[in-house]
Amino acid sequence: MPYDGGSKMKKTSKNLLAVSPIESGTVIDHIPAGKSLKILDLLNLPNGEKIMLGVNFSSKKLGRKDIIKVDKKIFTQNELNRIALLVPDSTINIVKNSKVIKKYNLKLQNELLGIIKCPNPKCISYLEPHTLVSKFYVIEKKPLTIKCHFCEREFVEKDINYL
Amino acid sequence: MKTRSKKSFRWTKKDIVSINDFSKQEILHVLDTAKKFDGKKHKQYLKNKIMASMFYESSTRTRLSFHSAMKQLGGLVNGFSSAKSSSASKGESVFDTIKMVESYADVIVMRHFIEGSARLAAESTDKPFLNSGDGSNEHPTQTMLDLYTIKKELGTLENLHIGLAGDLKYGRTTHSLVRAMSHFKTTFYFIAPDALSIPQTYKKLVKQKNLKFYQTEQLSKFIPKLNVLYMTRIQKERFPDEAEYEKYKGIFVLDKKLLENANQNLKIMHPLPRVNEISTDVDKTKHAVYFRQAANGIPVRKALLCLTMGVVK
Repeated sequence: MPYDGGSKMKKTSKNLLAVSPIESGTVIDHIPAGKSLKILDLLNLPNGEKIMLGVNFSSKKLGRKDIIKVDKKIFTQNELNRIALLVPDSTINIVKNSKVIKKYNLKLQNELLGIIKCPNPKCISYLEPHTLVSKFYVIEKKPLTIKCHFCEREFVEKDINYL
Repeated sequence: MKTRSKKSFRWTKKDIVSINDFSKQEILHVLDTAKKFDGKKHKQYLKNKIMASMFYESSTRTRLSFHSAMKQLGGLVNGFSSAKSSSASKGESVFDTIKMVESYADVIVMRHFIEGSARLAAESTDKPFLNSGDGSNEHPTQTMLDLYTIKKELGTLENLHIGLAGDLKYGRTTHSLVRAMSHFKTTFYFIAPDALSIPQTYKKLVKQKNLKFYQTEQLSKFIPKLNVLYMTRIQKERFPDEAEYEKYKGIFVLDKKLLENANQNLKIMHPLPRVNEISTDVDKTKHAVYFRQAANGIPVRKALLCLTMGVVK
C-alpha cells in the first residue's frame, strides 16, 4: 500500500483523504502549521515534481502540523539544510516501493555553507558574492540566531534571505 | 594563580583578522611579546622582508605605526593609502587584489571599507595577513594596543572597572574591547545615549561570562568608580544619515571639571582622532594616556608582525 504519511496518520481518515500517498519520494512531516508554503517557496518547488500538501492537521507533537509529499524526489544535503533552517524539528521519510526505507529528524547544522545571502549590504559576501562561498554559524537554535563568517554580524530568522 | 606555561603554549596564528579569534592565553602572549619590543633596541628580525600596506580608507596612526614598526624591524614597505590609487577604483575585487599582492610581499596589512573583507583576504593567501580595520567590523591591532596600554598603565587587566563612552552602537573599537576584556574579570559601564547604546550581542556576552555591567546616558555618573574611561568619537562615516549624526555629535564632552571626583588612578583612553569629546584641558592631567596609547601601536604591531611571520614564537 502506498505510504500515507506515517502510522499516526493512518488513524485519521481525513488526513488520508487529504494527502494522497506516494510510491517513492520524500515526505516531510511535523512541519509547524503554516510553514509548508514557505518550504515550497524556499526550495523553488514544484519544479516538475508532483507535490501533495497537507495543511493544519492535528498533531500530538505540535498541536497543528503541515505535511509535504514530493513524488520521486530525494532532497540533496543542501536542500535539507535549507529546510532545517526553517523547520529544524521536522521529520524526513524516504519512501521507496511504497515503504518507508529511512526516517530521521532533521538536524540544523552548525555551519551553513552556500545557503544564505548575508543581509548586511556592507558585507563582502553581499558585495562580492562571486568571489566566495557564503558561510554562517548557528549561534542559537531557539530563537534562531546566525552569524556571518565574514562580517561577523548576527541575524535572527526574520532577517534571513536564501541564496 | 595560573601562569602561562612556556612549554605548553605555542603561537600558531599567521593572520590577525578579528579579536574573536583569540583566546585569553594568545592575547596575553601578544602583550608579553610587545613588552619585549617596547623601548628596546631593535634586532633586524624582518631584514629585507616586504610589507604590503593596502589602505583603502584613510588612516594616520595605524598606517604610520605599521610602517614604523616594519622599518624598525629592518623591513621594507610598499603600498597605497587610498582606494583611488588602487585597482579598486577600476572595480577589482578584494580576492583578485590579494592574489596579486601576495606575490609582491612577505606580509600583507590591509584596511578596507567593506566589512568581512579582512576574513576573505586572509583566507585567500598563504602569506601572513593583518587586518587594519574592515569597515565597522573589526580592528584587532587597535584592541591589542588598547589592552597593552591598560596593562602597562595599571599593571593588570584583571578586576578593572571600565567605562566606555560615546558611540557604542557603531564603534568597532568599543565592541572589540568589550569582547577582549570579557576574558578578564571586568565590570563594564556603558555610557551612551539610548540611540547609540551598545548592541544586545555585547550585553549578552557580558552576562554569559557572569560579568557585571551598568548603563547610563550621563557621562559624569560613574566616573568616581572607574579605572579606565574609554572615550570615543561620534563617527560621522558610520551613520546612515547626516541628520542623525548632527543630533549626537557633541553629546559628550569630557573636561577637567568632570574629573574632580575621579579615582586617583583613572586612565582616560581614546583610539583617536578626537573631535571635541575630550577637552584639551584634560591633556595635561595625570589621567590622560591617549597619546601614550597611540605610541603603543609600535611595540604591539612589531610583536604582531614578528609573531605572524614566525620570527618570534
